[in-house]
Amino acid sequence: MRDTSYAAVLSRKNEVMKASLGIDYDTYVSSPVAFDYERMMAETGYSLDDIARIQAETKVGNTPLYELTRLTEAVRSTAAPGKGARILVKDEAANASGSFKARRASISAYEAKKRGYEGVIAATSGNYGAGVASQAAMRDLKCIILQEVFDSRGVGQPEIVEKSRACEAYGAEVQRLSVGPELFFILLKTLEETGFFNASLYTPFGIRGVETLGVEIARQVRERYRRDPDAVVVTHAGGGNLTGTARGLLAEGCTGTRVVACSVDLAGLHMASDRDFNRKSFTTGHTGFGVPFATWPDRVDVPRNAARSLRYMDEYQLVSQGEVFYVTELMTKLEGLERGPAGNTSLTAAVTLARQMERDQVVVVQETEYTGAGKHHNRQLSFARENGIEVRVGDPAENVPGKTIVLPASLEMVRGRVQDMDKLRRSYLKNAAKLYPAEKWSDADVAFLAADVKKDAAWVRRAAEDLA
Amino acid sequence: MNVAKGTWVEIESVVLKPEERAPGLPEDTAKTPYVLRLSGFLTEEAEIGQEVAVKSLIGRTHRGVLRAVNPSYDHSFGATVPELLHIGLREG
Repeated sequence: MRDTSYAAVLSRKNEVMKASLGIDYDTYVSSPVAFDYERMMAETGYSLDDIARIQAETKVGNTPLYELTRLTEAVRSTAAPGKGARILVKDEAANASGSFKARRASISAYEAKKRGYEGVIAATSGNYGAGVASQAAMRDLKCIILQEVFDSRGVGQPEIVEKSRACEAYGAEVQRLSVGPELFFILLKTLEETGFFNASLYTPFGIRGVETLGVEIARQVRERYRRDPDAVVVTHAGGGNLTGTARGLLAEGCTGTRVVACSVDLAGLHMASDRDFNRKSFTTGHTGFGVPFATWPDRVDVPRNAARSLRYMDEYQLVSQGEVFYVTELMTKLEGLERGPAGNTSLTAAVTLARQMERDQVVVVQETEYTGAGKHHNRQLSFARENGIEVRVGDPAENVPGKTIVLPASLEMVRGRVQDMDKLRRSYLKNAAKLYPAEKWSDADVAFLAADVKKDAAWVRRAAEDLA
Repeated sequence: MNVAKGTWVEIESVVLKPEERAPGLPEDTAKTPYVLRLSGFLTEEAEIGQEVAVKSLIGRTHRGVLRAVNPSYDHSFGATVPELLHIGLREG
């Protein structure tokens, strides 16, 4: 009988991945720190038109782009004369399952069906699970979703409990687990047991599915405003949303559009801590994922991550939990749109950006997500109170993740703050050097790393010298 | 109380004991077992607390301790947070 201990299952990682994805990552790898990214993406075999057609079959894509006129007016009233860009939002909640994650799941489900797999599996506590379950339902595939849901007291994060419900509603088997990174072990074990397709968030299929989002934004903005979007803001966690959207924008020729990442600042909270688990009011879109995934993408459940955010990122904004809840409530009241926290993270950064931009410019918030019981910002705040977190109105600079949530007293106080991009890039290179010493980097390695941090080879060489 | 075969139930099982868990966990997590909860249809009549088997929504069999009968989701919108109500109002 096969050994199913933690260590034994993990040691079979590569063979499990090969069987469950049909991708041999070794064929793309050229050194410990470099691989042929573009060839890996191209060899999915789908054109952008193919992807749009496949997505249309399963109720994905062609979502509305709304101008938030009242919110824009409110921001202009806090801006210098002539400032205050139009804020647009791509209403991704209109996809089947209620978020952009349907795009990410759609091509994996199609591929799994085409290649004769009986079912699909994904390890995710977020909207992606519902996306996979919903797409699997339409493709008549079995679906298993593995989720980190509850702490050692048995208390579930309400947002994740809602995701469990949604996945079961779409007919999936939902395995609800306690806090810990061993979700990956369960994933490998379940892939081995079932022979199902690995609908990982980070495969080329997942990321290519998001490209249509960037394409649609480019086309909708050009048609209505006769210009390219000046900035597109993306809620950033694992990097797939940003990577896919930016690739779609580039495919449409939007080379001048600023791609801005935004995460909720959860500095100080440990992502694998049982105690901290229910002291977070955000389950994704936060720095606990956003920073480590930006500075080393290949920490995921596939050998090489197709989501490589620093390759496409121009800026990275941080916002506090209180600022996002404030803007979520404000959008509900001013725009008549009740949406969930993930998309509204980037909306919060868009408020800050729009205030600094010219009036004739356009900033696009590229997603919304559904909201409801468990996910709603009122539930997240009441849950925080139940867990001993102080919630009050004041200056958002006084937010302390895990201790205090401060709702801004006014829109002027929604400020966010910018992260140092070069520091993130150097941190990425430091991680690369840990894996393979910088003095061994060939010209081809440096060229890959330069592309992966959106800089030139000379910059990488200089930064590598500083590391030494 | 006997629970009839075919009833929708929730089971719980310990996937990894504390000593079997991944290396490098924070201390608070490392001392707890890694626990799975899953809902399915009971395959044989049983009582709460017994080791049972269930069939999941996709027909796979899982074993664990029977912990709830007809489990339901009771997540909500939570107690009203009055501070939110003032946001976006024309007050003054």
